[in-house]
Amino acid sequence: MSSKQMSVFKKRKYTYLAVFGAIAFLYLFSSFITKFNMEEGLIAFPNAAIWMAENLIPDEKAFERLPKIIDKLIETTLLSVAVTVVAAVFAFFFSLFGSKTTRINGAVNRAVRIIASFFRNVPDVVWAIILMFSFGQNILTGFFALFFTTFGLLTRAFIETIDEVSSSSIEALNAAGASFMQIVFQAIIPSAITSIITWVLFMIENNIRNSTLIGILTATGIGYLFDMYYKRLEFGSASLVVLSIVVLVIAIEMLSNLLRKVIR
Amino acid sequence: MEGKVMPILELKNVSKIYNGSTKALSNVSFKVEEGEFISIIGPSGAGKSTLLRCINRLIDVSEGNVVFDGEDITSIKGRKLRQIRTKTGMIFQHYNLVDRLSVVENILHGTLGRKSTFRGMIGSYTEDEKKYAFEIIDDLGLSDQAYKRCDELSGGQKQRAGIARVIMQSPKLILCDEPIASLDPKASKVIMDHLLDINRNKNITCIVNLHQVDVAVKYSSRIIGVLSGEIVFDGPPSELTQEMIHRIYRSDSSDLITDVSGGLYEQ
Ligand SMILES: Nc1ncnc2c1ncn2[C@@H]1O[C@H](COP(=O)(O)OP(=O)(O)O)[C@@H](O)[C@H]1O
Ligand SMILES: [Mg+2]
Repeated sequence: MSSKQMSVFKKRKYTYLAVFGAIAFLYLFSSFITKFNMEEGLIAFPNAAIWMAENLIPDEKAFERLPKIIDKLIETTLLSVAVTVVAAVFAFFFSLFGSKTTRINGAVNRAVRIIASFFRNVPDVVWAIILMFSFGQNILTGFFALFFTTFGLLTRAFIETIDEVSSSSIEALNAAGASFMQIVFQAIIPSAITSIITWVLFMIENNIRNSTLIGILTATGIGYLFDMYYKRLEFGSASLVVLSIVVLVIAIEMLSNLLRKVIR
Repeated sequence: MEGKVMPILELKNVSKIYNGSTKALSNVSFKVEEGEFISIIGPSGAGKSTLLRCINRLIDVSEGNVVFDGEDITSIKGRKLRQIRTKTGMIFQHYNLVDRLSVVENILHGTLGRKSTFRGMIGSYTEDEKKYAFEIIDDLGLSDQAYKRCDELSGGQKQRAGIARVIMQSPKLILCDEPIASLDPKASKVIMDHLLDINRNKNITCIVNLHQVDVAVKYSSRIIGVLSGEIVFDGPPSELTQEMIHRIYRSDSSDLITDVSGGLYEQ
């Protein structure tokens, strides 16, 4: 083995050591600062589990409330679907201006990416708190809070999808004299549609989960129901709300897997 | 008589500088007469792709002029540029088809530049256009693949679909960027034969980037050798000496795989 090869292996060893050391340091440092104690945490765990088992199993009263829970669940689902679909349409057209392959000028490209990144990186809960000042505790607050983050995230995702799947066919249609809208409908949409649908379904799932939290803030939808039961200390009912959300999200995930197989 | 035949294409002192530093083309000038079959040869990075894309303005030239069909197209834009592009077809190394659409849909894309934006958007084609598309499909031996999605085709079939798309476009000039670089010798021969057939029988001028010197010698009426963005050879294949080939590829004779005097496809 030459000395150069040796040094490659040595370097790898040191890299691993350094990474391990850094992780250990970060753990100890942050535990010290936050006064987090692993032992206490572990000891508290069994007690927490026992409490959960005693209180979080849905009781009879909870099941009587199931129709109401399902009702709110449907409301929340429809809201999430509406938000995601509207945001997707906006994000798609916006992403055309952010994609490098559509050859729209570079300054517009960067502006779109920055705007999308801003919307994406402000958490939806923060959007909700900000929007509550203007809309109050209203379903619109939840709608726009979810809309902004979904829009930002989908714009970013669509830009990457377009750059990845259709740059070569965009070049070909450009070379043949096709116009921008023709290229969008004849090359970009056919190439990107599976990815787009996958992203939209993923965001619907996400938004159902997130709207629970936002609903607590804005007193709407399934989040409101959870908050109410929780504050009344009706933990069985509150946990049934959570369980029903989990079931719904899993069902949607299965549906999207199925859809993806069908549309390839 | 001299001056009677107007060249279909003329490049006058064309230079291309990328990002203000990389000089990809410097002072390239040549004229192309209608019906020529020109191969552009040169090592990778010589500027062949850049040169081709300056002709249909997929790349903006930094200096000089491009005159196509009697019109200076160096800085035209928008609708005017799209109109010119309907007259210049392009074939790519990686085929550049819309993989998720069928072969016939891809071929019909050749008509987009001439359609109204809306008709093109929704993919509405006339009966005549469809009939012509299927004629081309037959000619290129793609009948069994017409309704298949392009991602189900072999490389050779994809390139034939690419050629079909260009024929559908009925251009005056076809630009081919390494059309056979990703194909095996048998498929390569089929593709080059089709290009030659279009050139001879439809009288469409062809400019083909190639890195196989033997193929260039066999098919073209004229060869242009490019090295570091400059034209170092321009003439008929018969004038392309071994020495010149070695100069273009900057190599000793022992390094070069290609041997022009060899049996070409016959092995
Ligand atoms: N988009 C680009 N940006 C910057 N440099 C480029 C770009 N495209 C090509 N080049 C450079 O220009 C030169 C010529 O490239 P190219 O035309 O692709 O050569 P060829 O097709 O002969 O291999 C190379 O040095 C390449 O690195
Ligand atoms: Mg190239």
